Amino acid sequence: MTPSDTPWRASSKTRAGTFVAILAVAVILIGLVLPGFASRRLIQDLFYILTMLTLAQIWNLLAGYGGLVSVGQQAFVGIGAYALFGAVILGGMDPMLAILLGGVAGLVLAVPMAFFAFRLHGAYFAIGTWVIAEVTRLLVAQWKALGGGTGTSLPRAATSDMIGVAQVAELFDVRTAAARDILAYWIALILAVAVIAGIYGLLRSRMGLALIAVRDNPEAAKSVGVDVRWLKWAVFLIASVATGVTGALIFLQTARISPDAAFAITDWTAYVIFIVVIGGIGTIEGPILGVLVFFLLRNSLADYGSWYLLTLGLIAILAMIFAPKGLWGLISARSGLHLFPIRRRLTGPLPERGEG
Amino acid sequence: MMLTLDTVSKSFGALTVTDGVSLSVPKGEALGIIGPNGAGKSTLFNLITGNLMVSAGRIELMGRDVTRMPAMKRVRMGVGRSFQIPQPFEGLTVFENLLTAARFGGAASHDRAVHDCAEILRRTGMLARANQLAGDLSLLDRKRLELARALATGPELLLLDEIAGGLTEGECRTLVDTIREIHAAGTTIIWIEHVLHALTSVVERLAVLDFGRLIGVGAPDEIMASREVREIYLGIEV
Ligand SMILES: Nc1ncnc2c1ncn2[C@@H]1O[C@H](COP(=O)(O)OP(=O)(O)OP(=O)(O)O)[C@@H](O)[C@H]1O
Ligand SMILES: [Mg+2]
Repeated sequence: MTPSDTPWRASSKTRAGTFVAILAVAVILIGLVLPGFASRRLIQDLFYILTMLTLAQIWNLLAGYGGLVSVGQQAFVGIGAYALFGAVILGGMDPMLAILLGGVAGLVLAVPMAFFAFRLHGAYFAIGTWVIAEVTRLLVAQWKALGGGTGTSLPRAATSDMIGVAQVAELFDVRTAAARDILAYWIALILAVAVIAGIYGLLRSRMGLALIAVRDNPEAAKSVGVDVRWLKWAVFLIASVATGVTGALIFLQTARISPDAAFAITDWTAYVIFIVVIGGIGTIEGPILGVLVFFLLRNSLADYGSWYLLTLGLIAILAMIFAPKGLWGLISARSGLHLFPIRRRLTGPLPERGEG
Repeated sequence: MMLTLDTVSKSFGALTVTDGVSLSVPKGEALGIIGPNGAGKSTLFNLITGNLMVSAGRIELMGRDVTRMPAMKRVRMGVGRSFQIPQPFEGLTVFENLLTAARFGGAASHDRAVHDCAEILRRTGMLARANQLAGDLSLLDRKRLELARALATGPELLLLDEIAGGLTEGECRTLVDTIREIHAAGTTIIWIEHVLHALTSVVERLAVLDFGRLIGVGAPDEIMASREVREIYLGIEV
C-alpha cells in the first residue's frame, strides 16, 4: 500500500488548540493597540513581563527540552546589550537596528561557550556556563570606551531620533520618552510572540521529536539515528541569538548599562529559572503562567528586600518538591488541557483499548 | 557479508569484557548468541551499534569499515537495535517513539513514516497503545516497544537483546512468528536470548560467548550438544 491511500494519519489538532489559536490572535491584537489607552506605567510593566517571558521560554527550550541546564544566560543578555551600546555610542548606529546586532553578539559568544561547556555534563555544564558568563562580565568591564566597570548611558539624541519614535509620538500624541517606551513594548510583544511561535513550531516539527527523545534518553536517541551533538548545538545557538536580541532590547529601554546590571545572574537567570520552575518546565504554557505569578509576587514583596529573594527561593523549592511539573502541570493533569498541543496522535483503524 | 568482526576487544579499565571476537554474519542470516550472565553479550551489541567504541579490532558493515563511526550513522546504514533494559522516550507516546525512529533512523518522509509505524505497531501488538505515553507502559509493553522502535528504523541488520524473557507461552509463540516474518522478508538478525527454545526455532546458527570470548559457532543442535556449552548451561533449562 502506498502512503497516499493509507488510512493512517498523525494529527496534533485539538479543539482547545484551535480555540487558543483564536484567543492568541485576539490577545496580540489587543496588545498592539493597548498603548492607545494604557498608562505609561502599565506599558513599562508589560515590557518587563514580556521580556522576562521571552527569556523564560528560551531557557525552557534549553533546559526543559534540550536538557541543557545553563545558569549563564546573563552572558547573552549582557553581551547583546553591550553590542547595542557599542554600536550606538561608538558606531552611531540606529538603536532599532542595533537590537539585531545583539543577536549576532549572542551567536559570537555562543560558539566558544558551547565548545567549552559541551565537554562538561550535568552540574559541571551548569557551572561551566556560569564561569564563562563571569569571565565575559570581567572582560566587558575592561571596555573603557563604554564606561568600564561603572557603565554608561545611551546619548539622549540617539534614542529620541530612533526610527519610529517620531511617528509613535504623533500617533498617540505623547512625548518622546513615552513614545520610546511604546516602541520598546511593541518590539517586546513581537519578540515574545515570535519566540513562542518559533518554539512551538520547532516542537511540532521533526526536530521536536528529536529534542524530547534526547532529553529523555540520549543513548537511545543516538540508537534511532538522532544526531545528538548537532541538536544540542542548534538549540544552544538559537537560544543564544534570541537571548542576545532580548538583552539588547531590555537595555535599550533602560538606556543605561553597567556590567553588573547587564550580567546580573539574579535578574537574567535566577528569576528566569524561577518562572519556568514555578510555571512548569517542559511546557510552553508553564513559563506564561510562571511569569504572571512571578510578577505578582515581585510587586507584593518588593518592599521586603532580601526577604523577597528568600521567599522566591522557598516557593521554588516547595514547587520542586510538591509540584515538580509546576502550576501548569497541576492544572493540565486535572483538566487534561493542552493549550499548545504538540502530541502527534495516530488516527485510523485503531483497536479498542486493551484488545491489542 | 552483512557484518564482519575482526578480533574485536573491549576493556573497561583492567576488565576485559570482549576478548578478540572474530565473527562473520552473511546477509539474510539469523544468528543466535548465548552465554551466561556477564559473558559480554550486550557489550558486543554495543560495539556493533557504536554505543561503545572498540578498544581494539575492526568492524565492517556491508563491506564498509565502521570501527570509528558514531552510532547515529550506523543506524542510518541499517543497524537497528533493542536494549536489554528498555530505554523508551518516556515523554513521547508509543507512536511518537516509533515516528522518531522512522524519521531519523529510516529518513522516511512524514506520511510514509506514519504509515510504516502504524503497520509495525500492528505487527508487534502495540496498536492499542499507540497514543499512550511510553512512560506509562508496563515492563512487558516496554519490551514490545523496544522491538517495534528498532523495526521503525528500517533495519537491514536487526539486533535483539533478550526480548522473550517474561512472556507467556502464547506471547512467546507470537513473538517468534513475528521475528520469523521479519527474517523471511530478508532482514539479517542477531538475537541474544536466554529462552533457548524460542531462539533455536528461529536462528540458523548459534554463537556462544563466555568471559568475553567466542567459544563456539555452529548449527544450533551441534552447539547445544557440545560439552562446553552443556557445562556452561548446567542448571539452565535447555
Ligand atoms: N560500562 C561498563 N563499565 C564497566 N563494566 C561494564 C560496563 N558495561 C558492562 N560491564 C561489565 O561487562 C561484563 C559484561 O556485561 P554484559 O552486559 O555485556 O553481559 P551480558 O552477557 O549481556 O550479561 P546478561 O546476560 O546479564 O545480560 C559484566 O561483568 C559487566 O559488569
Ligand atoms: Mg546483556
